[in-house]
Amino acid sequence: MTARATTPADSLLRRLAVGLYRHPRIALALLLALPLGWLLVAYLGSLAILFTNAFFRTDPFTSRVIPELGLGNFERLISDAVYRTITLRTLGIAAAVTATTAVLAFPVAYFMARVASERTRNLMVVAILMPLWASYLVKVYAWRIILAQDGILNWALEPFGLHGPGFGDVATWLVFSYLWLPYMILPIYAGLQRIPQSLLEASSDLGARPTATFRNVILPLVVPAVVAGSIFTFSLTMGDYIAPQLVSSTQFIGNVIFANVGGSGDLPFAAAFATIPVLVMIIYLLVARRLGAFEAL
Amino acid sequence: MGRIGLRLVTGAVLLFIYFPLVLVIVYAFNRNIVASWPIPGLTLQWWARAIDNPGVRNALLTSVVAGMGATAVALVLGSLASLAVDRFRFFGRETISFVVILPIALPGIVTGIAINAAVGALGIGFGLATVIVGHATFCVVFVYNNVLARFRRSSRSIEEASADLGADTWQTFRHVTFPVIRTALLAGGLLAFALSFDEIIVTTFTRGDVKTLPIWIFENYRLANQAPIVNVVAVIAIVLSVIPVYLASRLTSDAAGVTR
Repeated sequence: MTARATTPADSLLRRLAVGLYRHPRIALALLLALPLGWLLVAYLGSLAILFTNAFFRTDPFTSRVIPELGLGNFERLISDAVYRTITLRTLGIAAAVTATTAVLAFPVAYFMARVASERTRNLMVVAILMPLWASYLVKVYAWRIILAQDGILNWALEPFGLHGPGFGDVATWLVFSYLWLPYMILPIYAGLQRIPQSLLEASSDLGARPTATFRNVILPLVVPAVVAGSIFTFSLTMGDYIAPQLVSSTQFIGNVIFANVGGSGDLPFAAAFATIPVLVMIIYLLVARRLGAFEAL
Repeated sequence: MGRIGLRLVTGAVLLFIYFPLVLVIVYAFNRNIVASWPIPGLTLQWWARAIDNPGVRNALLTSVVAGMGATAVALVLGSLASLAVDRFRFFGRETISFVVILPIALPGIVTGIAINAAVGALGIGFGLATVIVGHATFCVVFVYNNVLARFRRSSRSIEEASADLGADTWQTFRHVTFPVIRTALLAGGLLAFALSFDEIIVTTFTRGDVKTLPIWIFENYRLANQAPIVNVVAVIAIVLSVIPVYLASRLTSDAAGVTR
Protein backbone atom coordinates (compact mmCIF):
# COMPACT_ATOMS: atom_id res chain seq x y z
CA MET A 1 0.00 0.00 0.00
CA THR A 2 1.31 3.44 -0.88
CA ALA A 3 2.00 5.79 1.96
CA ARG A 4 -0.07 8.95 1.80
CA ALA A 5 0.71 12.31 3.32
CA THR A 6 -1.97 13.17 5.84
CA THR A 7 -3.00 16.80 5.95
CA PRO A 8 -4.94 18.14 8.93
CA ALA A 9 -8.05 18.69 6.81
CA ASP A 10 -7.74 15.18 5.50
CA SER A 11 -7.65 13.64 8.93
CA LEU A 12 -10.54 15.81 10.03
CA LEU A 13 -12.64 14.47 7.17
CA ARG A 14 -11.52 10.98 7.99
CA ARG A 15 -12.45 11.43 11.65
CA LEU A 16 -15.83 12.71 10.50
CA ALA A 17 -16.25 9.61 8.35
CA VAL A 18 -15.43 7.37 11.29
CA GLY A 19 -17.76 9.34 13.53
CA LEU A 20 -20.59 9.03 11.06
CA TYR A 21 -19.93 5.34 10.70
CA ARG A 22 -20.16 4.90 14.47
CA HIS A 23 -23.28 7.03 14.74
CA PRO A 24 -25.49 5.90 11.87
CA ARG A 25 -28.42 7.94 13.22
CA ILE A 26 -26.53 11.16 12.68
CA ALA A 27 -25.51 10.01 9.21
CA LEU A 28 -29.13 9.21 8.44
CA ALA A 29 -30.31 12.56 9.77
CA LEU A 30 -27.77 14.35 7.55
CA LEU A 31 -28.89 12.38 4.50
CA LEU A 32 -32.58 13.00 5.10
CA ALA A 33 -32.40 16.62 6.26
CA LEU A 34 -32.46 18.20 2.79
CA PRO A 35 -34.87 15.94 0.89
CA LEU A 36 -37.35 15.66 3.74
CA GLY A 37 -36.93 19.31 4.60
CA TRP A 38 -37.91 20.09 1.03
CA LEU A 39 -40.71 17.59 0.55
CA LEU A 40 -42.24 17.61 4.02
CA VAL A 41 -41.76 21.24 4.94
CA ALA A 42 -41.87 22.98 1.57
CA TYR A 43 -44.25 20.69 -0.31
CA LEU A 44 -46.52 19.18 2.33
CA GLY A 45 -46.35 22.52 4.17
CA SER A 46 -47.60 24.24 1.01
CA LEU A 47 -50.41 21.71 0.71
CA ALA A 48 -51.33 22.30 4.34
CA ILE A 49 -51.45 26.08 3.81
CA LEU A 50 -53.58 25.53 0.73
CA PHE A 51 -56.12 23.29 2.40
CA THR A 52 -56.34 25.54 5.45
CA ASN A 53 -57.31 28.24 2.99
CA ALA A 54 -60.21 26.07 1.84
CA PHE A 55 -61.92 26.79 5.17
CA PHE A 56 -61.37 30.55 4.97
CA ARG A 57 -63.48 32.95 2.99
CA THR A 58 -62.88 35.88 0.70
CA ASP A 59 -64.29 39.31 1.26
CA PRO A 60 -66.33 39.97 -1.90
CA PHE A 61 -65.49 43.70 -1.93
CA THR A 62 -61.79 43.77 -1.14
CA SER A 63 -60.90 40.27 -2.46
CA ARG A 64 -58.97 39.77 0.77
CA VAL A 65 -58.85 36.37 2.43
CA ILE A 66 -60.54 36.45 5.83
CA PRO A 67 -58.98 33.81 8.07
CA GLU A 68 -62.12 32.59 9.81
CA LEU A 69 -62.81 28.88 9.72
CA GLY A 70 -66.04 27.82 8.05
CA LEU A 71 -67.55 25.43 5.54
CA GLY A 72 -69.05 28.08 3.27
CA ASN A 73 -66.92 27.15 0.25
CA PHE A 74 -67.91 23.50 0.44
CA GLU A 75 -71.59 24.40 0.83
CA ARG A 76 -71.32 26.49 -2.30
CA LEU A 77 -69.67 23.60 -4.16
CA ILE A 78 -72.44 21.19 -3.22
CA SER A 79 -75.44 23.48 -3.59
CA ASP A 80 -74.49 25.23 -6.82
CA ALA A 81 -75.54 23.18 -9.86
CA VAL A 82 -72.80 24.74 -12.01
CA TYR A 83 -70.04 23.25 -9.88
CA ARG A 84 -71.81 19.90 -9.66
CA THR A 85 -71.97 19.75 -13.44
CA ILE A 86 -68.30 20.69 -13.74
CA THR A 87 -67.28 18.04 -11.19
CA LEU A 88 -69.33 15.36 -12.90
CA ARG A 89 -68.01 16.35 -16.32
CA THR A 90 -64.42 16.19 -15.07
CA LEU A 91 -64.85 12.81 -13.37
CA GLY A 92 -66.89 11.43 -16.27
CA ILE A 93 -64.34 12.37 -18.90
CA ALA A 94 -61.51 11.13 -16.65
CA ALA A 95 -63.28 7.76 -16.43
CA ALA A 96 -64.01 7.67 -20.17
CA VAL A 97 -60.40 8.53 -20.96
CA THR A 98 -59.18 5.79 -18.62
CA ALA A 99 -61.42 3.21 -20.29
CA THR A 100 -60.46 4.34 -23.80
CA THR A 101 -56.74 4.27 -23.13
CA ALA A 102 -57.01 0.83 -21.48
CA VAL A 103 -58.80 -0.59 -24.53
CA LEU A 104 -56.33 0.98 -26.97
CA ALA A 105 -53.27 0.17 -24.88
CA PHE A 106 -53.96 -3.49 -24.28
CA PRO A 107 -53.44 -4.86 -27.82
CA VAL A 108 -50.32 -2.72 -28.27
CA ALA A 109 -48.85 -3.83 -24.96
CA TYR A 110 -49.78 -7.45 -25.72
CA PHE A 111 -48.11 -7.25 -29.10
CA MET A 112 -44.96 -5.77 -27.56
CA ALA A 113 -44.73 -8.22 -24.69
CA ARG A 114 -45.86 -11.47 -26.28
CA VAL A 115 -45.64 -11.31 -30.07
CA ALA A 116 -42.90 -8.94 -31.20
CA SER A 117 -39.30 -10.03 -31.60
CA GLU A 118 -36.84 -8.62 -29.08
CA ARG A 119 -35.55 -6.07 -31.58
CA THR A 120 -39.04 -4.84 -32.47
CA ARG A 121 -39.97 -4.77 -28.80
CA ASN A 122 -37.04 -2.56 -27.84
CA LEU A 123 -37.74 -0.27 -30.76
CA MET A 124 -41.37 -0.02 -29.74
CA VAL A 125 -40.57 0.81 -26.12
CA VAL A 126 -38.58 3.79 -27.40
CA ALA A 127 -41.30 4.61 -29.94
CA ILE A 128 -43.93 4.77 -27.20
CA LEU A 129 -41.65 6.53 -24.72
CA MET A 130 -40.58 9.38 -27.01
CA PRO A 131 -43.98 10.97 -27.69
CA LEU A 132 -44.86 10.57 -24.01
CA TRP A 133 -42.18 13.13 -23.29
CA ALA A 134 -42.64 15.30 -26.35
CA SER A 135 -43.99 18.64 -25.23
CA TYR A 136 -47.45 18.28 -23.70
CA LEU A 137 -48.62 21.67 -24.86
CA VAL A 138 -47.48 21.00 -28.42
CA LYS A 139 -49.52 17.82 -28.52
CA VAL A 140 -52.68 19.62 -27.44
CA TYR A 141 -51.90 22.37 -29.89
CA ALA A 142 -51.49 19.79 -32.67
CA TRP A 143 -55.01 18.53 -31.99
CA ARG A 144 -56.30 22.06 -32.12
CA ILE A 145 -54.92 22.29 -35.65
CA ILE A 146 -56.31 18.87 -36.58
CA LEU A 147 -59.82 19.50 -35.24
CA ALA A 148 -60.11 23.09 -36.49
CA GLN A 149 -62.90 23.97 -38.92
CA ASP A 150 -60.50 24.07 -41.89
CA GLY A 151 -58.22 21.43 -40.38
CA ILE A 152 -57.05 18.15 -41.81
CA LEU A 153 -59.76 16.00 -40.17
CA ASN A 154 -62.65 17.83 -41.77
CA TRP A 155 -60.72 17.85 -45.05
CA ALA A 156 -60.33 14.06 -44.88
CA LEU A 157 -63.95 13.44 -43.87
CA GLU A 158 -65.52 15.83 -46.34
CA PRO A 159 -65.53 13.43 -49.35
CA PHE A 160 -67.64 11.05 -47.25
CA GLY A 161 -70.06 13.79 -46.33
CA LEU A 162 -68.90 13.61 -42.72
CA HIS A 163 -67.74 16.23 -40.28
CA GLY A 164 -65.29 16.01 -37.36
CA PRO A 165 -66.40 16.56 -33.75
CA GLY A 166 -65.16 20.15 -33.70
CA PHE A 167 -64.25 21.70 -30.35
CA GLY A 168 -66.12 20.46 -27.27
CA ASP A 169 -66.32 17.60 -24.79
CA VAL A 170 -65.73 14.96 -27.49
CA ALA A 171 -62.57 16.77 -28.54
CA THR A 172 -61.42 16.96 -24.91
CA TRP A 173 -62.00 13.23 -24.47
CA LEU A 174 -60.09 12.51 -27.67
CA VAL A 175 -57.16 14.77 -26.77
CA PHE A 176 -56.84 13.40 -23.23
CA SER A 177 -56.97 9.83 -24.53
CA TYR A 178 -54.22 10.73 -26.96
CA LEU A 179 -52.10 12.49 -24.34
CA TRP A 180 -52.17 9.77 -21.70
CA LEU A 181 -52.15 6.66 -23.90
CA PRO A 182 -48.41 5.97 -23.45
CA TYR A 183 -48.88 6.14 -19.65
CA MET A 184 -51.28 3.21 -20.00
CA ILE A 185 -49.30 1.19 -22.56
CA LEU A 186 -46.05 1.06 -20.59
CA PRO A 187 -47.36 -0.38 -17.27
CA ILE A 188 -49.56 -2.93 -19.09
CA TYR A 189 -46.58 -3.94 -21.21
CA ALA A 190 -44.44 -4.37 -18.11
CA GLY A 191 -47.23 -6.31 -16.41
CA LEU A 192 -47.67 -8.68 -19.35
CA GLN A 193 -43.95 -9.23 -19.53
CA ARG A 194 -43.83 -10.31 -15.92
CA ILE A 195 -46.25 -13.21 -16.49
CA PRO A 196 -44.08 -16.32 -16.68
CA GLN A 197 -44.45 -18.40 -19.84
CA SER A 198 -44.76 -21.53 -17.68
CA LEU A 199 -48.07 -20.28 -16.30
CA LEU A 200 -49.54 -20.04 -19.78
CA GLU A 201 -48.17 -23.45 -20.69
CA ALA A 202 -49.66 -24.94 -17.53
CA SER A 203 -53.01 -23.46 -18.46
CA SER A 204 -52.94 -24.97 -21.95
CA ASP A 205 -51.61 -28.29 -20.59
CA LEU A 206 -54.67 -28.39 -18.39
CA GLY A 207 -56.79 -28.12 -21.51
CA ALA A 208 -57.65 -24.43 -21.55
CA ARG A 209 -58.22 -22.89 -24.95
CA PRO A 210 -56.29 -19.67 -25.68
CA THR A 211 -59.39 -17.58 -24.98
CA ALA A 212 -59.88 -19.31 -21.60
CA THR A 213 -56.20 -18.81 -20.74
CA PHE A 214 -56.54 -15.18 -21.70
CA ARG A 215 -59.63 -14.66 -19.55
CA ASN A 216 -58.63 -16.73 -16.54
CA VAL A 217 -54.86 -16.31 -16.38
CA ILE A 218 -53.64 -13.27 -18.27
CA LEU A 219 -56.42 -10.77 -17.49
CA PRO A 220 -56.42 -11.22 -13.69
CA LEU A 221 -52.63 -10.86 -13.62
CA VAL A 222 -52.72 -7.69 -15.68
CA VAL A 223 -55.31 -5.89 -13.52
CA PRO A 224 -52.70 -4.28 -11.21
CA ALA A 225 -50.87 -2.94 -14.26
CA VAL A 226 -54.06 -1.46 -15.70
CA VAL A 227 -54.82 0.14 -12.33
CA ALA A 228 -51.26 1.51 -12.23
CA GLY A 229 -51.76 3.06 -15.66
CA SER A 230 -55.14 4.42 -14.66
CA ILE A 231 -53.55 6.35 -11.78
CA PHE A 232 -51.90 8.50 -14.44
CA THR A 233 -54.80 8.72 -16.89
CA PHE A 234 -57.26 9.60 -14.14
CA SER A 235 -55.11 12.00 -12.16
CA LEU A 236 -53.73 13.79 -15.20
CA THR A 237 -57.20 14.30 -16.68
CA MET A 238 -58.64 15.53 -13.41
CA GLY A 239 -56.03 18.22 -12.84
CA ASP A 240 -55.80 19.53 -16.37
CA TYR A 241 -57.15 22.85 -17.53
CA ILE A 242 -54.99 23.57 -20.56
CA ALA A 243 -56.45 20.99 -22.97
CA PRO A 244 -60.09 21.97 -22.29
CA GLN A 245 -59.10 25.57 -22.85
CA LEU A 246 -57.56 24.78 -26.24
CA VAL A 247 -60.08 22.36 -27.72
CA SER A 248 -63.31 23.06 -25.85
CA SER A 249 -65.33 25.84 -24.32
CA THR A 250 -66.70 23.76 -21.44
CA GLN A 251 -65.14 23.99 -18.01
CA PHE A 252 -63.23 21.44 -15.98
CA ILE A 253 -62.40 21.57 -12.25
CA GLY A 254 -58.97 22.88 -13.22
CA ASN A 255 -60.43 25.81 -15.18
CA VAL A 256 -62.46 26.98 -12.18
CA ILE A 257 -59.44 26.65 -9.88
CA PHE A 258 -57.26 28.49 -12.36
CA ALA A 259 -59.76 31.32 -12.74
CA ASN A 260 -59.89 31.78 -8.96
CA VAL A 261 -56.16 31.97 -8.26
CA GLY A 262 -54.49 35.33 -8.62
CA GLY A 263 -55.18 38.98 -7.95
CA SER A 264 -58.98 39.32 -7.99
CA GLY A 265 -59.66 35.61 -7.51
CA ASP A 266 -61.03 33.64 -4.60
CA LEU A 267 -58.18 31.46 -3.36
CA PRO A 268 -60.21 29.83 -0.54
CA PHE A 269 -62.84 28.71 -3.03
CA ALA A 270 -60.18 27.46 -5.44
CA ALA A 271 -58.58 25.53 -2.58
CA ALA A 272 -61.93 24.03 -1.60
CA PHE A 273 -62.56 22.90 -5.18
CA ALA A 274 -59.04 21.47 -5.35
CA THR A 275 -59.82 19.17 -2.42
CA ILE A 276 -62.12 17.17 -4.72
CA PRO A 277 -59.40 15.88 -7.11
CA VAL A 278 -57.07 15.39 -4.15
CA LEU A 279 -59.60 13.32 -2.19
CA VAL A 280 -60.49 11.30 -5.28
CA MET A 281 -56.80 10.66 -5.95
CA ILE A 282 -56.02 9.69 -2.34
CA ILE A 283 -58.89 7.17 -2.33
CA TYR A 284 -57.77 6.00 -5.76
CA LEU A 285 -54.18 5.56 -4.59
CA LEU A 286 -55.26 3.64 -1.48
CA VAL A 287 -57.43 1.28 -3.55
CA ALA A 288 -54.65 0.97 -6.12
CA ARG A 289 -52.19 0.00 -3.41
CA ARG A 290 -54.54 -2.74 -2.21
CA LEU A 291 -54.79 -4.07 -5.75
CA GLY A 292 -51.00 -4.25 -5.93
CA ALA A 293 -50.72 -1.47 -8.47
CA PHE A 294 -47.72 0.18 -6.78
CA GLU A 295 -45.52 -2.77 -7.65
CA ALA A 296 -46.67 -2.40 -11.26
CA LEU A 297 -45.77 1.29 -11.56
CA MET B 1 -57.65 -11.53 -31.89
CA GLY B 2 -55.24 -13.09 -34.33
CA ARG B 3 -51.65 -12.04 -34.77
CA ILE B 4 -52.41 -10.11 -37.92
CA GLY B 5 -55.22 -8.25 -36.18
CA LEU B 6 -52.87 -7.45 -33.30
CA ARG B 7 -50.28 -6.13 -35.74
CA LEU B 8 -52.85 -3.95 -37.48
CA VAL B 9 -54.17 -2.49 -34.23
CA THR B 10 -50.64 -1.81 -32.99
CA GLY B 11 -49.76 -0.11 -36.26
CA ALA B 12 -52.93 1.99 -36.12
CA VAL B 13 -52.21 3.09 -32.54
CA LEU B 14 -48.62 4.03 -33.44
CA LEU B 15 -49.98 6.05 -36.36
CA PHE B 16 -52.44 7.73 -33.98
CA ILE B 17 -49.55 8.58 -31.63
CA TYR B 18 -47.22 9.99 -34.26
CA PHE B 19 -49.60 11.65 -36.71
CA PRO B 20 -50.22 14.87 -34.71
CA LEU B 21 -46.50 15.32 -34.05
CA VAL B 22 -45.65 14.89 -37.73
CA LEU B 23 -48.40 17.31 -38.67
CA VAL B 24 -46.96 20.03 -36.42
CA ILE B 25 -43.57 19.53 -38.07
CA VAL B 26 -45.16 19.86 -41.52
CA TYR B 27 -46.96 23.05 -40.49
CA ALA B 28 -43.67 24.57 -39.34
CA PHE B 29 -42.70 24.65 -43.04
CA ASN B 30 -46.13 25.78 -44.24
CA ARG B 31 -45.97 28.60 -46.80
CA ASN B 32 -49.43 29.81 -45.85
CA ILE B 33 -49.72 31.99 -42.74
CA VAL B 34 -52.95 30.22 -41.73
CA ALA B 35 -52.81 26.66 -40.40
CA SER B 36 -55.43 25.19 -42.75
CA TRP B 37 -55.24 21.97 -44.73
CA PRO B 38 -54.13 21.32 -47.44
CA ILE B 39 -51.05 23.54 -47.33
CA PRO B 40 -50.04 25.38 -50.52
CA GLY B 41 -46.30 24.75 -50.30
CA LEU B 42 -43.20 24.73 -48.11
CA THR B 43 -40.96 27.49 -46.84
CA LEU B 44 -38.16 28.08 -44.35
CA GLN B 45 -39.03 31.70 -43.62
CA TRP B 46 -40.77 31.02 -40.27
CA TRP B 47 -37.62 29.39 -38.96
CA ALA B 48 -35.62 32.53 -39.71
CA ARG B 49 -38.35 34.65 -38.08
CA ALA B 50 -38.49 32.43 -35.00
CA ILE B 51 -34.73 32.53 -34.52
CA ASP B 52 -34.79 36.33 -34.85
CA ASN B 53 -37.66 36.70 -32.39
CA PRO B 54 -36.28 37.99 -29.04
CA GLY B 55 -39.32 36.65 -27.15
CA VAL B 56 -38.63 33.13 -28.40
CA ARG B 57 -34.93 33.38 -27.63
CA ASN B 58 -35.51 34.65 -24.09
CA ALA B 59 -38.15 32.01 -23.41
CA LEU B 60 -35.84 29.27 -24.65
CA LEU B 61 -33.03 30.53 -22.44
CA THR B 62 -35.35 30.79 -19.42
CA SER B 63 -36.58 27.24 -19.97
CA VAL B 64 -33.04 25.89 -20.17
CA VAL B 65 -31.97 27.75 -17.00
CA ALA B 66 -35.09 26.65 -15.10
CA GLY B 67 -34.61 23.07 -16.27
CA MET B 68 -30.97 23.00 -15.21
CA GLY B 69 -31.76 24.57 -11.83
CA ALA B 70 -34.57 22.11 -11.14
CA THR B 71 -32.40 19.21 -12.31
CA ALA B 72 -29.54 20.23 -10.03
CA VAL B 73 -31.83 20.41 -6.99
CA ALA B 74 -33.51 17.13 -7.92
CA LEU B 75 -30.12 15.40 -8.30
CA VAL B 76 -29.04 16.43 -4.81
CA LEU B 77 -32.34 15.69 -3.06
CA GLY B 78 -33.05 12.51 -5.00
CA SER B 79 -29.68 10.90 -4.44
CA LEU B 80 -29.61 11.83 -0.73
CA ALA B 81 -33.06 10.33 -0.21
CA SER B 82 -32.24 7.17 -2.17
CA LEU B 83 -29.00 6.70 -0.20
CA ALA B 84 -30.92 7.00 3.07
CA VAL B 85 -33.62 4.54 1.97
CA ASP B 86 -31.12 2.05 0.59
CA ARG B 87 -28.61 2.11 3.46
CA PHE B 88 -30.71 2.53 6.58
CA ARG B 89 -33.72 0.95 8.24
CA PHE B 90 -35.77 3.58 10.01
CA PHE B 91 -39.27 4.54 11.03
CA GLY B 92 -41.22 5.94 8.10
CA ARG B 93 -38.89 4.49 5.49
CA GLU B 94 -41.77 3.12 3.40
CA THR B 95 -43.46 6.51 3.40
CA ILE B 96 -40.50 8.21 1.72
CA SER B 97 -41.32 6.69 -1.67
CA PHE B 98 -44.91 7.82 -1.20
CA VAL B 99 -43.96 11.39 -0.31
CA VAL B 100 -41.52 11.56 -3.23
CA ILE B 101 -44.13 10.38 -5.74
CA LEU B 102 -46.91 12.59 -4.36
CA PRO B 103 -45.99 15.75 -6.34
CA ILE B 104 -46.51 13.91 -9.63
CA ALA B 105 -49.39 11.71 -8.45
CA LEU B 106 -51.46 14.71 -7.37
CA PRO B 107 -52.83 16.82 -10.22
CA GLY B 108 -50.30 19.45 -11.33
CA ILE B 109 -52.72 22.24 -10.59
CA VAL B 110 -52.79 21.23 -6.91
CA THR B 111 -49.01 21.36 -6.63
CA GLY B 112 -49.13 24.66 -8.50
CA ILE B 113 -51.66 26.44 -6.31
CA ALA B 114 -50.17 24.93 -3.14
CA ILE B 115 -46.78 26.50 -3.91
CA ASN B 116 -48.57 29.62 -5.08
CA ALA B 117 -50.44 29.91 -1.76
CA ALA B 118 -47.30 29.20 0.28
CA VAL B 119 -45.17 31.72 -1.60
CA GLY B 120 -47.98 34.24 -1.26
CA ALA B 121 -48.31 33.56 2.47
CA LEU B 122 -44.56 33.91 3.00
CA GLY B 123 -44.51 37.15 1.03
CA ILE B 124 -41.69 36.09 -1.32
CA GLY B 125 -41.96 37.39 -4.87
CA PHE B 126 -42.60 35.04 -7.79
CA GLY B 127 -39.85 34.57 -10.31
CA LEU B 128 -37.34 32.14 -11.76
CA ALA B 129 -36.45 30.90 -8.26
CA THR B 130 -40.04 29.90 -7.45
CA VAL B 131 -40.35 28.21 -10.86
CA ILE B 132 -37.24 26.16 -10.04
CA VAL B 133 -38.65 25.29 -6.59
CA GLY B 134 -41.89 24.11 -8.18
CA HIS B 135 -40.20 22.08 -10.90
CA ALA B 136 -37.64 20.52 -8.55
CA THR B 137 -40.44 19.31 -6.29
CA PHE B 138 -41.88 16.99 -8.93
CA CYS B 139 -38.49 16.17 -10.53
CA VAL B 140 -37.01 14.55 -7.40
CA VAL B 141 -38.90 11.31 -8.01
CA PHE B 142 -37.08 10.62 -11.30
CA VAL B 143 -33.63 10.83 -9.78
CA TYR B 144 -34.75 9.00 -6.64
CA ASN B 145 -36.30 6.08 -8.53
CA ASN B 146 -33.40 5.73 -10.95
CA VAL B 147 -30.71 5.81 -8.30
CA LEU B 148 -32.62 3.57 -5.89
CA ALA B 149 -33.18 0.99 -8.64
CA ARG B 150 -29.45 1.06 -9.38
CA PHE B 151 -28.57 0.60 -5.70
CA ARG B 152 -30.90 -2.37 -5.43
CA ARG B 153 -29.31 -4.08 -8.40
CA SER B 154 -25.72 -3.43 -7.41
CA SER B 155 -23.83 -5.36 -4.77
CA ARG B 156 -22.73 -3.82 -1.49
CA SER B 157 -19.69 -6.08 -1.33
CA ILE B 158 -17.53 -3.80 -3.50
CA GLU B 159 -18.10 -1.01 -1.00
CA GLU B 160 -17.17 -3.33 1.83
CA ALA B 161 -14.06 -4.34 -0.09
CA SER B 162 -13.22 -0.66 -0.48
CA ALA B 163 -13.59 -0.13 3.27
CA ASP B 164 -11.54 -3.23 4.01
CA LEU B 165 -8.76 -1.81 1.85
CA GLY B 166 -8.66 1.27 4.07
CA ALA B 167 -10.85 3.76 2.21
CA ASP B 168 -12.98 6.04 4.31
CA THR B 169 -16.62 6.89 3.55
CA TRP B 170 -15.75 9.78 1.24
CA GLN B 171 -13.14 7.83 -0.73
CA THR B 172 -15.52 4.91 -1.10
CA PHE B 173 -18.22 7.23 -2.31
CA ARG B 174 -15.95 8.96 -4.81
CA HIS B 175 -14.21 5.92 -6.20
CA VAL B 176 -16.77 3.15 -5.79
CA THR B 177 -20.36 4.29 -5.14
CA PHE B 178 -20.43 7.27 -7.45
CA PRO B 179 -19.15 5.38 -10.53
CA VAL B 180 -21.84 2.75 -9.89
CA ILE B 181 -24.70 5.27 -9.85
CA ARG B 182 -23.25 7.71 -12.39
CA THR B 183 -25.38 6.64 -15.35
CA ALA B 184 -28.47 6.36 -13.14
CA LEU B 185 -27.89 9.95 -12.01
CA LEU B 186 -27.44 11.05 -15.60
CA ALA B 187 -30.60 9.26 -16.74
CA GLY B 188 -32.65 10.61 -13.83
CA GLY B 189 -31.26 14.07 -14.44
CA LEU B 190 -32.11 13.95 -18.15
CA LEU B 191 -35.67 12.88 -17.40
CA ALA B 192 -35.99 15.61 -14.80
CA PHE B 193 -34.74 18.17 -17.31
CA ALA B 194 -37.13 16.98 -20.01
CA LEU B 195 -40.06 17.14 -17.62
CA SER B 196 -39.15 20.60 -16.39
CA PHE B 197 -38.59 21.84 -19.94
CA ASP B 198 -42.14 20.86 -20.90
CA GLU B 199 -43.98 21.83 -17.76
CA ILE B 200 -46.67 24.46 -17.97
CA ILE B 201 -49.20 24.02 -15.14
CA VAL B 202 -46.95 24.40 -12.08
CA THR B 203 -45.03 27.06 -14.02
CA THR B 204 -48.19 29.12 -14.54
CA PHE B 205 -48.71 29.42 -10.79
CA THR B 206 -45.10 30.09 -9.78
CA ARG B 207 -43.70 32.22 -12.58
CA GLY B 208 -44.58 35.82 -11.81
CA ASP B 209 -43.61 37.44 -15.13
CA VAL B 210 -41.01 34.84 -16.12
CA LYS B 211 -41.71 33.26 -19.52
CA THR B 212 -40.66 29.72 -20.29
CA LEU B 213 -41.02 28.22 -23.76
CA PRO B 214 -44.38 26.50 -23.07
CA ILE B 215 -45.70 29.74 -21.56
CA TRP B 216 -44.59 31.59 -24.69
CA ILE B 217 -46.45 29.10 -26.89
CA PHE B 218 -49.52 29.36 -24.69
CA GLU B 219 -49.55 33.15 -24.90
CA ASN B 220 -49.04 33.24 -28.65
CA TYR B 221 -50.97 30.38 -30.21
CA ARG B 222 -54.12 32.47 -30.64
CA LEU B 223 -52.38 35.44 -32.23
CA ALA B 224 -52.87 35.19 -35.99
CA ASN B 225 -49.58 36.87 -36.93
CA GLN B 226 -47.58 34.66 -34.54
CA ALA B 227 -49.19 31.33 -35.56
CA PRO B 228 -46.48 30.21 -38.03
CA ILE B 229 -43.73 31.01 -35.50
CA VAL B 230 -45.63 29.04 -32.85
CA ASN B 231 -45.41 26.01 -35.15
CA VAL B 232 -41.64 26.40 -35.39
CA VAL B 233 -41.29 26.83 -31.62
CA ALA B 234 -43.47 23.73 -31.18
CA VAL B 235 -41.02 21.69 -33.25
CA ILE B 236 -38.11 23.07 -31.21
CA ALA B 237 -39.96 22.12 -28.00
CA ILE B 238 -40.57 18.58 -29.26
CA VAL B 239 -36.95 18.07 -30.26
CA LEU B 240 -35.47 19.54 -27.08
CA SER B 241 -37.63 17.43 -24.80
CA VAL B 242 -37.29 14.20 -26.75
CA ILE B 243 -33.47 14.24 -27.05
CA PRO B 244 -32.81 14.01 -23.28
CA VAL B 245 -35.30 11.16 -22.98
CA TYR B 246 -33.72 9.32 -25.86
CA LEU B 247 -30.30 9.69 -24.23
CA ALA B 248 -31.69 8.61 -20.86
CA SER B 249 -33.24 5.47 -22.31
CA ARG B 250 -29.95 4.66 -24.02
CA LEU B 251 -28.07 5.12 -20.75
CA THR B 252 -30.12 2.79 -18.66
CA SER B 253 -33.01 0.42 -18.97
CA ASP B 254 -34.29 1.90 -15.69
CA ALA B 255 -35.61 4.81 -17.68
CA ALA B 256 -38.02 2.57 -19.57
CA GLY B 257 -40.75 2.69 -16.93
CA VAL B 258 -42.96 5.71 -16.56
CA THR B 259 -41.82 6.53 -13.07
CA ARG B 260 -38.76 4.45 -12.79
